[in-house]
Amino acid sequence: MPAYDNVRIARKITRPTALDYINHIFEDFVELHGDRGFRDDKAVVGGIASLNGVPVTVLGIQKGKTMEENIERNFGQPHPEGYRKALRLMYQAEKFHRPIINFINTSGAYPGLGAEERGQGEAIARNLMVMASLKVPTISIIIGEGGSGGALALAVTDRVWMLENSVYAVLSPEGFASILWKDAKRAEEAADLMKITASDLLDMGIIEKIIKEVDGGCQNDFGFTANLLKAKLEAELEILMAKDTDTLLKERYDRFRSFGIFKE
Amino acid sequence: MKLFDNIKDNLDKISVDTLKERAEAIKNAIPKPSPAKNKNENKKDKKEDIPADSVKCPSCNKIIEKKALGKLKICPECGRLFRMNAKDRIKAIADKDSFKEMDINMEADNPLDFPDYSAKIKGLQEKTGLKDAVKTGICTIGGYECAIGVMDSGFMMGSMGSVVGEKLTRIFEYGTEHKIPVVIFTCSGGARMQEGIVSLMQMAKVSAAAAKHSEAGQLYVTVLTDPTTGGVTASFAMLGDIILAEPKTLVGFAGRRVIEQTIKQKLPDEFQTSEFLLEHGFVDAIVEREKLPDVLATILKLHNCKKEVED
Repeated sequence: MPAYDNVRIARKITRPTALDYINHIFEDFVELHGDRGFRDDKAVVGGIASLNGVPVTVLGIQKGKTMEENIERNFGQPHPEGYRKALRLMYQAEKFHRPIINFINTSGAYPGLGAEERGQGEAIARNLMVMASLKVPTISIIIGEGGSGGALALAVTDRVWMLENSVYAVLSPEGFASILWKDAKRAEEAADLMKITASDLLDMGIIEKIIKEVDGGCQNDFGFTANLLKAKLEAELEILMAKDTDTLLKERYDRFRSFGIFKE
Repeated sequence: MKLFDNIKDNLDKISVDTLKERAEAIKNAIPKPSPAKNKNENKKDKKEDIPADSVKCPSCNKIIEKKALGKLKICPECGRLFRMNAKDRIKAIADKDSFKEMDINMEADNPLDFPDYSAKIKGLQEKTGLKDAVKTGICTIGGYECAIGVMDSGFMMGSMGSVVGEKLTRIFEYGTEHKIPVVIFTCSGGARMQEGIVSLMQMAKVSAAAAKHSEAGQLYVTVLTDPTTGGVTASFAMLGDIILAEPKTLVGFAGRRVIEQTIKQKLPDEFQTSEFLLEHGFVDAIVEREKLPDVLATILKLHNCKKEVED
């Protein structure tokens, strides 16, 4: 199947969102708002919840399911304050020794005037740096689009998983084609070259696990994928929570340290 | 400040008028470098007769002998800063003969088997004499020892692939191990597209190494030079304990064109300049090119950095 078919499925407006997974997988979800600095970015959701009795912090990049909701959620494109809300909740998780589970679904960080004024680059950079050394177990799951730095800003975690039809890339295939060939219409061709599918990224060692979806995408049987993900999260958290902090941090560092292919 | 509050309240529904007013306010606040115009003029340049030993300054349009730009590559007529390559930059910043380059032979592979990528690298290596878009090593500045990384826009617009990521990670690790500061001159179009997701991962890798260096109590200084954008801005460029920038430098995350298409609005010339970042609180200071060695030496001194003792 051409990689661009995954892009189409990943972008479907009917594709289950971060809040769908949060509400299905966890109990006692209490949503927490705001970055304590500027405002509450509705493209990022977060809060505390319980996974089978274990308190956790959950975060998600949230797309809308209707045009109206998408305008409110800014089509799942966070502003800096969205990443700073996530950062605040991650520090909070560290304070209370809670594991962190992130659901990622964004075409990218918002490219806007206010976003630049308020330091989109700084906000993403800060998250990368802080997440590298958070003293609690962290897992992220790309549930739809994993677009560039805007996705990575929540994905510097002990484990990175992808749903079978999700995509994770340095840039959208459209942006990629337009930068390299000055022709966004060659997006399908770009998608094939870019290695953006879950199976490509598993082969390259960029992710650890693929969560299955039924034919045509997880919107056709949400319970199947969500239950599978829940079981895998429970099992993985048990493994990660058994590790002492030094081991956890060393393994996380080594995970990202290993990325890069070069000659010398 | 009323204008600003206005934007806060109506973030998702910024009126065209408000934006225009805001743009006007920014325009009046800062002197004009007008980069947009320059682009077109550059294109025209190719048709003009400019002697081989001269360049046309994109700011004042005067034909300048290359020699007259001097070691610091500054237009003698209007003071515009031309881009410096890594070699010239190191010469201008590091104490004489103090720079010891690391990882001299590291070069790109082709993680995605991307068509023509290897040939492109080879061609650029021959043309520029560089292996990739960053030079790293150790040196002294005003006598103070530090690990240094200098990006070079002459090599694929300073884009960050595996080589840039790995070399910068190694200088952070070197700095952590030897308890010395790291200084990085950034200059980059962002992630290197031809290495796909592997480029994106370099942002995390370098940032993680910077985190360890920071936790070890060591100083990290970034100097933003023209242009610093995309994945480099969204990682190590913005992570310095102290962030300096050269005047009138382009610094931003998203590209100007992408933003203009998104908000359907022309952006003011001053948008995403180092002056704009200073105003919004994202750089510590703008430093003239000729003052950089002294300012860096002072910063290193104030952090009790080790002074090399002459044998």
